[in-house]
Amino acid sequence: MTLGMKKIFALIAACVPAVALAAGGNVHLEEHRTDLHDTASLQRGAQAFVNYCMGCHSLEHARYNRVAKDLDIPEELMMDNLVFADKKFGELMTIGMDKADSKRWFGAAPPDLTLVARVRRPDWVYTYLLSFYEDSTRPWGVNNVVFKDVGMPNVLGHLQGRQVKGTAPVAVGFDTLTGQEILEEHDDVLYLAEEGTLNEEEFEKLVFDLVNFLTYMAEPMALERQSLGWKVLLYLTILLVLVYLLNKEFWRDIK
Amino acid sequence: MNNLFASIMGWVDSRLPVTEAYEKHMSKYYAPKNFNFWYFFGVLSMVMLVNQILTGVWLTMQFTPSAEAAFASVEYIMRDVEWGWLIRYMHSTGATFFFIAVYLHMMRAILYGSYQKPRELIWIFGMLIYLALMAEAFMGYVLPWGQMSYWGAQVIISLFSVMPYGDVLTEWIRGDFLISGATLNRFFALHVVAVPLVILGLVVVHLLALHEVGSNNPDGVDIKKLKDENGKPLDGVPFHPYYTVHDLVGIVVFLMVFCTVLFFFPEGNGFMLEYANFEPANGLKTPAHIAPVWYFGAFYAILRAVPDKLFGVIAMGAAIAVLFVLPWLDRSPVRSWRYKGWASKLYIVIFGFNFVLLTWLGTQPATVTLTKVAQVASVIYFGFFAFLLIAPKIEKTKPVPERVTGGH
Repeated sequence: MTLGMKKIFALIAACVPAVALAAGGNVHLEEHRTDLHDTASLQRGAQAFVNYCMGCHSLEHARYNRVAKDLDIPEELMMDNLVFADKKFGELMTIGMDKADSKRWFGAAPPDLTLVARVRRPDWVYTYLLSFYEDSTRPWGVNNVVFKDVGMPNVLGHLQGRQVKGTAPVAVGFDTLTGQEILEEHDDVLYLAEEGTLNEEEFEKLVFDLVNFLTYMAEPMALERQSLGWKVLLYLTILLVLVYLLNKEFWRDIK
Repeated sequence: MNNLFASIMGWVDSRLPVTEAYEKHMSKYYAPKNFNFWYFFGVLSMVMLVNQILTGVWLTMQFTPSAEAAFASVEYIMRDVEWGWLIRYMHSTGATFFFIAVYLHMMRAILYGSYQKPRELIWIFGMLIYLALMAEAFMGYVLPWGQMSYWGAQVIISLFSVMPYGDVLTEWIRGDFLISGATLNRFFALHVVAVPLVILGLVVVHLLALHEVGSNNPDGVDIKKLKDENGKPLDGVPFHPYYTVHDLVGIVVFLMVFCTVLFFFPEGNGFMLEYANFEPANGLKTPAHIAPVWYFGAFYAILRAVPDKLFGVIAMGAAIAVLFVLPWLDRSPVRSWRYKGWASKLYIVIFGFNFVLLTWLGTQPATVTLTKVAQVASVIYFGFFAFLLIAPKIEKTKPVPERVTGGH
């Protein structure tokens, strides 16, 4: 093992100790700080989804034109880059893969992901995508910490690099005198044995954008809902003043 | 103009007693003037009933009641139908707020003894509404055909299997050997047509019975005893306009809470729209944790608190059935808890919070500890009714005043 690799281990392990398996089999989930206002992130997420996920996973309840409208993507750009060749702009984002075929290939048909962020919650999806590790006993050579023995291959593996599970130093705190990190050897820690085409920060950003997009996808009207909510509450507040005064006026004479 | 209106009303009134009905139920219906916060929840239940019916009608226009298409049609409403998401969230949030209003309305009756003579029938009709409402809500939750729709229905319908001829009965309810499109279709018919008709009819008789004997009040005083020279109760005010404008304030405040949840927490943290229900129903994949929607929690907790399935179902049924006979269990000479002894006051408060606790327990996984807590809470629940029987023998009540106190 080279010194460089060791340094990477320590670095990675210090950065992502939270992806370690906690005692009792409960997995700590990384927090996904969803930001539906970050249109650029949503656009990158949409692009990543079409590039890496949509070969197998549909968004069968969503339409291309709605995504384009919500994410400020011009129709031409959308049609050229994000819409499959045989699809029209207003069509549902279904895929061509046959469920019976995919079931034979993966053991289970890849689920539709329109609502996955509502079913599993964003934190789970985010952690899941970061938690693949090499496992030679599995058909695709990978396993997952939060979804044991999952049938899905690590599609983003070439971007992330080779992540393995094993013993590695983990930062458990800071030395109060020197301010240096205290490292401890822990079992069942995920660390990168080899970097992929993206560095760690870039990879996490990609996954963040992807999950951001899926969170938008699960409830595309979420922002509209909130902004309408404020208007409705404002209206009701004004109405409350009026009905309060009306009530007071009527009851003035009642002792 | 006034003359024209009067002559039109005269023409109508000689054929249909519109003015008479308006006076009997609104402008000359005398309600006690000391209604407090708790007295909003009757009208609020009504507001939610109207909300459910109107949004329900519009949902029906786009919803497809079949096992193949139901789930997708709900997402179609959420995404492609103009304002569909708003109508759907109004309906799903409305179910929760309907139950909140009804539970607080029932608690009001318990606090002030509103079920006591001569209001037993009002209480009975109210309980029938509650029963119909539970059936309505249960079947409504099946319609989106998500995982919890399916497995929740599986759990609830299987409860009937402990009865004599249970297998035949459950098959009859499902319309199939297992929960299927046939079940979904019949639940749609019942949810959209049959049960709402029953609820509406019951609401009418609930109100007719109320207006026959008059409203109770926080003091439990009979306001009809003391009347002025015109025969109007001294402590009463005409429902319209006094309580119509008064209720408007309560309605607006309630709508503010309702809209806060609707627009900012439409899933109710998984208690109203369960996360697993965003996954289409799959009869081959049992979820790890099947939880009822929150408003069934209390009775589900009592069901699970009993180790034996048959006796669990009996306990759950008894928990609901015992409420029906509440007017005959409460032997207290006074209505309102204000004039009952301290033991009664304490137990009423405990009963209320205990019900909240049971509700929460019903939504949680049945761990060993929580099951023990649920068992204690179940005993406290039933104990309340036993206590009502003996309370008059062990405690003294305070004298009830002639006139109502407080209020405006």
